Amino acid sequence: MATLGLTPFLILSAFLFACGVLCLATKRNAIGLLMGVELILNAANINFVAAARFVPSLRIEGQVFALIVIVLAAAEAAVALAIFLNFYNSHASVDVEDGHDLKG
Amino acid sequence: MSFVMVLFALAALVAGGGALGVVLSRSLIRAAIWLMVSLLGVSLIFFLLGAEFVGAAQLIVYVGGTLVLVVFGVMLTNQGPFSGFQVRRPDWLVGGAIAVALFTAITTISLRAAKPTSDFADGPLPGAGPIGLAFLGVPEPGSSGHTYLLPFEAVSVHLLVVLVAAAYLARAKRRAIQPTEI
Repeated sequence: MATLGLTPFLILSAFLFACGVLCLATKRNAIGLLMGVELILNAANINFVAAARFVPSLRIEGQVFALIVIVLAAAEAAVALAIFLNFYNSHASVDVEDGHDLKG
Repeated sequence: MSFVMVLFALAALVAGGGALGVVLSRSLIRAAIWLMVSLLGVSLIFFLLGAEFVGAAQLIVYVGGTLVLVVFGVMLTNQGPFSGFQVRRPDWLVGGAIAVALFTAITTISLRAAKPTSDFADGPLPGAGPIGLAFLGVPEPGSSGHTYLLPFEAVSVHLLVVLVAAAYLARAKRRAIQPTEI
């Protein structure tokens, strides 16, 4: 493990983050956007846990923040899904382009 | 190549391949399955780093909870068996450019910044017990002495608010006109 270092984890996390951003930019289905957000939060979580492993002063903090991120991601998914279901009930679509008429 | 590097390569392949699958798959339910693969890979990374409790929480909450929610969402809003939206070419170009730029920027910065800190001499990561004590406000002897009771309470109140909000938003709609005027 000592041969590995922090850098590979940061690069993996950067890759997941880029995939999440690409998902957010290309998907037009609202639930696809939700998956992109999950990827981004996972990238942040990898960074937190890797920091907990490799930075001596963050041994417990990194794990605590990762747990909080996991809980907040679950909450975000629940509310976003409820909003999308509501939108689907009124518009019969989950295309984010149809959300233009939501502005006041 | 040590054994740990092989393990990391495997877990990173699972996580990164799953993420690529999420981006590239047309059908939404396939994207959800690829997302499950990616989340499993991330939990493997957590186990590899020695954070067993976070890895288990990732498996239980993410793979068991959030992903099921997403699959429910796909199921309830699907219009056809393999309905997906066509991705327009400008979207691919702009999004791909942004993603590649972000990836190169973060990779350059982490290659430059994260060299010296491979310090592992002081034993395994604290497990579920010290984490729980830190959440409950009891500082572990020998640690930094920071505790996280206030974030813990904030997250629990946040969960309660989210529960109420999701139930309110997704409730069954009553009809606006009461059926009494017959």
